[in-house]
Amino acid sequence: MTWWAIIGAGIGCYLLKLAGLSLPARVLEHPLVERVADLIPVALLAALVAVQVFTNGTALTIDARAAGLAAAVVALALRAPFLVVVFVAAATAGLLRLAFPGW
Amino acid sequence: MSTLASTERRAIIRDSLGVGIATGLYGTSFGAISVAAGLSVVQTCVLSLVMFTGASQFAFVGVAASGGAPLSGALTALMLGTRNTLYGLKLGPTLGFRGWRRPTTAHLVIDESTAMSVTRDSGAAARVGFLTTGLSVFALWNLFTLIGAVAGNQLGDPRRYGLDAAVGGAFLALLWPRLANPRNRIIALCAAAVALGVVPITTAGVPVLVAGGVALLAGLLTPPATKTTEQSPR
Repeated sequence: MTWWAIIGAGIGCYLLKLAGLSLPARVLEHPLVERVADLIPVALLAALVAVQVFTNGTALTIDARAAGLAAAVVALALRAPFLVVVFVAAATAGLLRLAFPGW
Repeated sequence: MSTLASTERRAIIRDSLGVGIATGLYGTSFGAISVAAGLSVVQTCVLSLVMFTGASQFAFVGVAASGGAPLSGALTALMLGTRNTLYGLKLGPTLGFRGWRRPTTAHLVIDESTAMSVTRDSGAAARVGFLTTGLSVFALWNLFTLIGAVAGNQLGDPRRYGLDAAVGGAFLALLWPRLANPRNRIIALCAAAVALGVVPITTAGVPVLVAGGVALLAGLLTPPATKTTEQSPR
């Protein structure tokens, strides 16, 4: 099942790229297409942040991951590059768990 | 391409390789996060080779990490992949690829290659930026995915190293440049609230898709007069 999802979504993502190169440019000129396409990544990424950090199964939780996220915010505000942000988030959560096991 | 001065060409190649190296390196974090989410090293590498679009790949393994069905992960990845369709629409006339070149170069349509080519003032300059960035990201992203996945596999319990927190950090870093726009900040907060709100009543993976619905609704309800400010693709 996981393999089908990987291959299917992979090919789908390629076809989405190819469609963009092949379709006439005026498709983009429709204001609704432009607005919705602009908003989808914002909504999905924000939802992914929330779900990744504040949930455990079907329960809402606050644990070391929230501290990791807070550290990522600080790193981003200081204009740290992507890899540094990811590392800071992980290190913060990892160190907190070392200090407070079970968090 | 002969119309492009060699100094300009060299400058574009240098800048594009810089972006390629920086982006390729964070393939390490994707590889490590993916195996921590329960995917095998081979599955992780196939994702980077075939899907080859960072945000969609992180989303796929992110949904897997939270226990979501592979289908939910695939749908989230595809929704994020629609972004590349938009890039292609903008790039198509600029790059001017025809015939067999179109399907072979389509795979390289990603955030970085778009950013490094869409602003050029000639087709030749755009093609150099697009191909150099796209090919260097592709080569290094796949290499570092493998390195990250193999290293992640050796680590043992990913929680001990905070790798589960790394996923949230990665998504926030992808989201951050888009939050410069005030309207996007409101959408982001609504989407996060909606996703958390439905977490207790749905299976894993579904809340993120519901949040995608919020974006569609917001797009339909926002008055067309609201013109978004120019923002970088990532």
